[in-house]
Amino acid sequence: MSTSAYVQLVNLSKHFGKVRALDGLNLDIAQGELVALLGPSGCGKTTALRALAGLQDLDAGSILVDSKDITFVAPNKRNMGMVFQAYSLFPHMNARENVEYGLRMKAHRSSSSNRKKRAADLLELVGLSTHANHFPHQMSGGQQQRVALARALAIEPNVLLLDEPLSALDAKVRTQLREEIRRIQLEVGTTTLFVTHDQEEALGIADRVGVMRGGILEQIAAPAELYERPLTSFVAEFVGLTNPLPAKVSGGSAEVLGVQVPTVAGSITTGSGLALIRPEWFKVEASTSGNAKIFAVSFLGSTCRLTIDLADGARIRVQIPSAEASNLGIGSNVKVTLKSLPVFVKGV
Amino acid sequence: MTNSQIARAGSHTGTGSRFWRNKRDYLGVLPFLLLAGLFLIWPTINVVYGAFFSDEGKFSFDYVLNTIKDDAFKIPFIHSLQISVWSSLVGGLIGALFAWAISTGKPDGISRRFVLAAGGVLAQFGGVMLAFAFFATFGFNGFVTSLALKYSETNFLASPNWLYELFGLGVVYTFFQIPLMFIVFLPAVENLKPQWREASEGLGGSSKDYWFRIGFPVLFPSFLGGLLLLFVNSFSAYATAAALISQGTIIAPLSIGNALSSETGGASAPLAKTLSLYMVLVVVIVMALYTLLRKRVSKWEQ
Repeated sequence: MSTSAYVQLVNLSKHFGKVRALDGLNLDIAQGELVALLGPSGCGKTTALRALAGLQDLDAGSILVDSKDITFVAPNKRNMGMVFQAYSLFPHMNARENVEYGLRMKAHRSSSSNRKKRAADLLELVGLSTHANHFPHQMSGGQQQRVALARALAIEPNVLLLDEPLSALDAKVRTQLREEIRRIQLEVGTTTLFVTHDQEEALGIADRVGVMRGGILEQIAAPAELYERPLTSFVAEFVGLTNPLPAKVSGGSAEVLGVQVPTVAGSITTGSGLALIRPEWFKVEASTSGNAKIFAVSFLGSTCRLTIDLADGARIRVQIPSAEASNLGIGSNVKVTLKSLPVFVKGV
Repeated sequence: MTNSQIARAGSHTGTGSRFWRNKRDYLGVLPFLLLAGLFLIWPTINVVYGAFFSDEGKFSFDYVLNTIKDDAFKIPFIHSLQISVWSSLVGGLIGALFAWAISTGKPDGISRRFVLAAGGVLAQFGGVMLAFAFFATFGFNGFVTSLALKYSETNFLASPNWLYELFGLGVVYTFFQIPLMFIVFLPAVENLKPQWREASEGLGGSSKDYWFRIGFPVLFPSFLGGLLLLFVNSFSAYATAAALISQGTIIAPLSIGNALSSETGGASAPLAKTLSLYMVLVVVIVMALYTLLRKRVSKWEQ
């Protein structure tokens, strides 16, 4: 356990009947850090967040914030700001009143003028100062989530908890608001736990991303490290696209498509296995005597996605810069090799 | 023909066909409009128009202006208002508590399904059936009355006169008011999102804070709306009272019935229409308030 951890989830366990939602989860979050928990439905990420908020009781384990054990502290005494997946603004209050709500409570009570000023500042921070008198039904989904964020920040929470706050929004607003959340989080410096099932969201917003499965953390690392050096086949396959290709492993390297590449920790150390190769780790050259044939080409702007059939019948997905794909068309023979990057090899 | 003329002709044809298509779309609601016209709008017009005539068929304000001053009609009218208010309040409060209790259970639980089905049936269990049920239970030869007479003669249940008075009528009305409130209020209670409570707690709010600042304010318009519906339901009820109190005119609907079919010389169609007009006015005011409340609440039901 890190000594600099501001939030510590220690060995958390929670069962719902026979389902293990949390199975000895350990997680540390440094002060001011934004950690995203990523995983498929039922992996326990929301349970972990709700446990930190005090909204979910635990079978075992403890929760520490700033070295104080809050495992049995009531939710209204934890000083956690929360933004939910569904719109959770109080419908009979306008945006300003929603933001002021926490400041009317005993724990954070402040004078009317301070409340108004703080609400105005926060609405400005989320870019909604002109919507102070708007009721939730008069605002779009994205605007409502911004107000929810302002409301959560109003009480200067110890930890900001974001429970899939973008999942109900359309793609464009989602990307925009994701960047807004990150900007605001960096500006305010609040320690934040962000739960999502969207890998692009997690990788795009977090300082570190924790991938969960079966109630435990499979791996937690910076987004680039998680993508490039997954420690388990689940992480490799869940985060980003991979192409499984036969590999022979020995002495810390693997032979894949006739190329020797290093293996990452967690890979098998010897024998035959499947190397999980990212689409952008391939090199593709037009070649009449090539070992593969292009099946499909998708233009994605700056990059191109190629679907290529290898000589052994395997079909792979490759992503290369569009400039390199200009002379590659459907049916072209190509030679496919690998860049010399470390790969994960799982046993078969 | 120039291009612009062709374009205009095309757009005209398009508009025309759309016009007829729209007209055809309305054919589906024709039976409903006919029904509403025949059984709601026409009788209402007839009542409003007829109230401004004398028994001799001459245009007159006499009935409209003077009936309400006559104690014989004013008192039943006040009774109707009283019984509607208190049966709505009692039925509304109990029905709302039932709705809240059921909303805390499993959404597809057996008790919920049973209570919902029972509520739907009991809300319609009025009229002669309900009056008979009370006769058989609390009437002069009723089951409870017989038991009371046998074991506790001084008990008020041993003397069933209360059932045939305003109080008894109110008790009987409450029997269908409770399930009606349960049915109309349950969706509002279920619309209370758990996230509101959790957000309130996260922001430092206690359970009391949640209920007084969020729960009750959000539910209040729906509760008030439910009370208004119950009020109208009770105010316009006739069959139950007629079956229970066959000879009296203690409430307005019975006065109207008496004015239409009195065998002792008091029958007067304009009088009945005037009393009906008063009732229509009360119902219109109440329903206007109800519509305003619904308009407010529907914005919250996202």
